[in-house]
Amino acid sequence: MTSLPEKTDRKLGLVIDLDTCVGCHACVISCKGWNTENYGAPLADTDAYGADPSGTFLNRVHSYEVQPESGPAQLVHFPKSCLHCEDAPCVTVCPTGASYKRVEDGIVLVNESDCIGCGLCAWACPYGAREMDPTAGVMKKCTLCVDRIYNENLPEEDREPACVRTCPAGARHFGDFADPESDVSKLTAERGGMDLMPEQGTKPVNKYLPPRDRDIDVLAPLLEPVAEDSKGFLGWLDKTLSKVGGA
Amino acid sequence: MHPAPSVIIFTSLSGLGFGLLFWMGLGVLAPTGWVAFAFFTIAYLLAVGGLMASAFHLGHPERALKAFTQWRTSWLSREAWASVLALVTMALYGAGLVFFASRWAVLGYLGAALSLATVVTTAMIYTQMRTVPRWHNATTPGMFLSFSLGGGALLAGQVTLASWLLPFAGLALVAHWVMGDRALAGSGTTLASATGLGDRGTVRSFEPPHTGTNYLLREFVHVVGRKHSVTLRVIALLSGFVLPVLILLAGAGHVLAAVAVLLHLVGVFASRWLFFAEAEHVVGLYYGKR
Repeated sequence: MTSLPEKTDRKLGLVIDLDTCVGCHACVISCKGWNTENYGAPLADTDAYGADPSGTFLNRVHSYEVQPESGPAQLVHFPKSCLHCEDAPCVTVCPTGASYKRVEDGIVLVNESDCIGCGLCAWACPYGAREMDPTAGVMKKCTLCVDRIYNENLPEEDREPACVRTCPAGARHFGDFADPESDVSKLTAERGGMDLMPEQGTKPVNKYLPPRDRDIDVLAPLLEPVAEDSKGFLGWLDKTLSKVGGA
Repeated sequence: MHPAPSVIIFTSLSGLGFGLLFWMGLGVLAPTGWVAFAFFTIAYLLAVGGLMASAFHLGHPERALKAFTQWRTSWLSREAWASVLALVTMALYGAGLVFFASRWAVLGYLGAALSLATVVTTAMIYTQMRTVPRWHNATTPGMFLSFSLGGGALLAGQVTLASWLLPFAGLALVAHWVMGDRALAGSGTTLASATGLGDRGTVRSFEPPHTGTNYLLREFVHVVGRKHSVTLRVIALLSGFVLPVLILLAGAGHVLAAVAVLLHLVGVFASRWLFFAEAEHVVGLYYGKR
């Protein structure tokens, strides 16, 4: 059914820490690996070794430069995947009922055998979280690794999304946002977790933690310039060169 | 947005076809026998041909019947229902005119309403997209409806109706451009809100996630051809609306009326191409492409 549930029992999702992400793309690769080898149609690559390679990914890492009014610019690596929105516009537009949001945990999924590949859900998503697979002709999206998180054949530490499991920096966290005591809820509260494009009214479940202010700089005092008004040999050199160069 | 030929052909032709069916259902023209057969054939070729064209952009056309299930939430599903109901109702109404030379008026009114409803559902598929601010306003259904009514009247040979409705459709098109050109800026969605980093400074896309292209860029970040948009806007307006009305007002015979229809069709195609090519999907912001 493409009607959204009034309320879900749990709200599973991710916290992505923009302060910690180093932009290594390991989450992109582990996601592609797991979701190509397991549930659903594999994530196709076309012309993979040719002149115009292209592929389907459920998770992509952008990099942005943020230039504050004063001070140096900051580079922010920005992983982006499905945000499993509470008011998911991709679900209600689906004509076949292939797209749905689960009542038990809030995960947004595609039933691939019902998908006619019309692409409308990808149009409705402001985040670019859905990609049509060129080979399978069906819509692919993040499943929050639904085939890992409940999978009792896996060791307990592996029962989390592949991107979270693989992140070497600990920049990704998985949990239940409906539980105020969960790690992800506490992290969001402590660090000011934010929504992407809140004006689109999608109420994303996934939260992004903004980069911390660069207030601790232990090296700065030790790196104060020491030769601003130099004396001795350097002072003589400075004066002489200034005379020669006229500066 | 990527201007897919299948969708441009679909929305243009089926809009015209359902417009013609609307005027016939209302009884504005009620031919019988072979003349009725000819009119209904044209209307069905346009409406059904358009629907067939739209099936080409599906990844799995063989599952198309499933699209009838979600009419409670999905405009695409509602369009499927409205179009089939309109076509069936108007086929029965048409059978009365063609074979029994009798006009079953109630059936005609119902068919006319369903034909118009089909055009509304088509327009709403685009209008509902908050992600494409250019489409997300009342000018989109206004344009689709006025095109369908004006073009349908032109096809139906209704000179007076068409010479009133086509200028109105032209105005709706201009309104869509004027509103649309300001829509993205007015939507409040920017790279700053997309990344949540706007309050820290000026955000700039530094590096895309991949060196090649991908589905998102091909489907949503169409920028090729926008440089011709002014030329195409002039062509759309002149060919689609100004010239056909001038021809009608000059008192056209059958041959000139056919020329007016063809000119109108060229204009509609041009405007529909622009409708997609100029539409800015907000996902382009993430790629620094807006």
